[in-house]
Amino acid sequence: MQDDPAIQIIDLHKSFGDAHVLRGVTLTARPGDVVAVIGGSGSGKSTMLRCINLLEQPSSGSIAIRGEEYRMRPGDGGLVPADPRQVQRIRAQLGMVFQNFNLWQHRTVLGNVTEVPVHVLGLPRAQAEARARAALERVGMADKADAWPAHLSGGQQQRAAIARVLAVDPLAMLLDEPTSALDPELVGEVLAVIRDLAAERRTMILVTHEMRFARDVASHVVYLRDGRIEEQGPPEQIFGDPRSPHLRQFLGNAA
Amino acid sequence: MFQSIDFGLLALNSPGWGGALLAGFWRSIQLAAGGYALGIVIGILGAVAKLYGGRVSRDLAEIYTMTIRAVPELVLMLIFYYAGTDLLNRLMGLFGAGGIDVNGLAAGILVIGLVQGGYTTEVIRAAILAVPRGQIEAAHSFGMSPMRVMRRITLPAMLPHAIPGMANLWMIATKDTALLAVIGFSELTLVTKQAAAATREYFLFFIAAGLLYLILTLGSNVVLRLFERHARRGMVAPR
Repeated sequence: MQDDPAIQIIDLHKSFGDAHVLRGVTLTARPGDVVAVIGGSGSGKSTMLRCINLLEQPSSGSIAIRGEEYRMRPGDGGLVPADPRQVQRIRAQLGMVFQNFNLWQHRTVLGNVTEVPVHVLGLPRAQAEARARAALERVGMADKADAWPAHLSGGQQQRAAIARVLAVDPLAMLLDEPTSALDPELVGEVLAVIRDLAAERRTMILVTHEMRFARDVASHVVYLRDGRIEEQGPPEQIFGDPRSPHLRQFLGNAA
Repeated sequence: MFQSIDFGLLALNSPGWGGALLAGFWRSIQLAAGGYALGIVIGILGAVAKLYGGRVSRDLAEIYTMTIRAVPELVLMLIFYYAGTDLLNRLMGLFGAGGIDVNGLAAGILVIGLVQGGYTTEVIRAAILAVPRGQIEAAHSFGMSPMRVMRRITLPAMLPHAIPGMANLWMIATKDTALLAVIGFSELTLVTKQAAAATREYFLFFIAAGLLYLILTLGSNVVLRLFERHARRGMVAPR
């Protein structure tokens, strides 16, 4: 439904063996929200993000995408999907950008960007290609459509990976530390693209270590610590007037 | 010594044996190609069973590859051929049908394919493991079905890693066809033996057969190299 949150997470827990990584996370992203997730390493940021499209399977809790909750059943020491087709259908509405780009090395940039529109969404090739070229244009990679991923710089690969997501026109974008694997001089070009998309009010959840960037683009900031949301709010509050001593210390170290 | 050799015996038509040799050679190629193709099908299934299968399919694949790799190929071929046809005939008898004549070429391809499949399983399994996990994960993250991920991403991405091993297996397949001479397939080696025995020109015929095998290997090398270049396009050349 229109009024449903784009992403709603309720009381999410996740354990890897004895390690209790997420300890009850509840989070809502409405359409148009840009949620930045910050926190120290091991705080559970990436795990939380990866639970949203079930790349990790929660131990307990519920996740709904635009009001549709994943149907899960107990198994394998936690929850497993009860209906794999439902998972595929919901995943096709989410676009994930990975820390390590994860472009398909055996396809050209254009091949990467048309893959999902043609083979998952079932668009005719001509239409998918038009979409792909428009997406590449958006990220400034139109002239690299026929290049192979391995021949590109990290920043170019990540921009192509963002185009791959844009071509799907997702309900929400999930960005998992998109600049962490980049050389410092390449970070800017990727952040500029993400900043543009945020300005368009595309729904996104962005796990990042770039505090200044999070402050600039986010509509909502979440600080995770030890698998719990310790503090959240608008960026002015989180960065300007943090209440939690841990967050204050974290921001002090990050600055 | 060459004065005593009658090269006329290699003529295509009788009394020359050249035509028979070439026919045997062609049969060897058919056996190798068929067995290799069957081995690839078995290998993909075996690798998928081992990597993604449930307990039962994993164990079955494990037993299969272990058996194939533990027992000498000649023994395997004897088992598959004699035990296989025997089993088939008994089964047919059970259903009231008479004994059947097993098609020689099909039986040979089956025997070579079953042996090749054991090795191919391991080559493909290792190649799939060499594909960066993130690329497969990315495919899943976009909602591709597992079958489509396999067909569109995993298998083409593992190809460059599989080719060196698969090229080896092709060479082995071409030479394994010679083992079928023992069972009585008139492939190149058996025909050569017959020609040599009939004319007592062992040296001439076995050298000729050796040259034919060599030509096959050299020709295969050229094709495989082109194929590898195609599969590796887009990859950064190792330094």
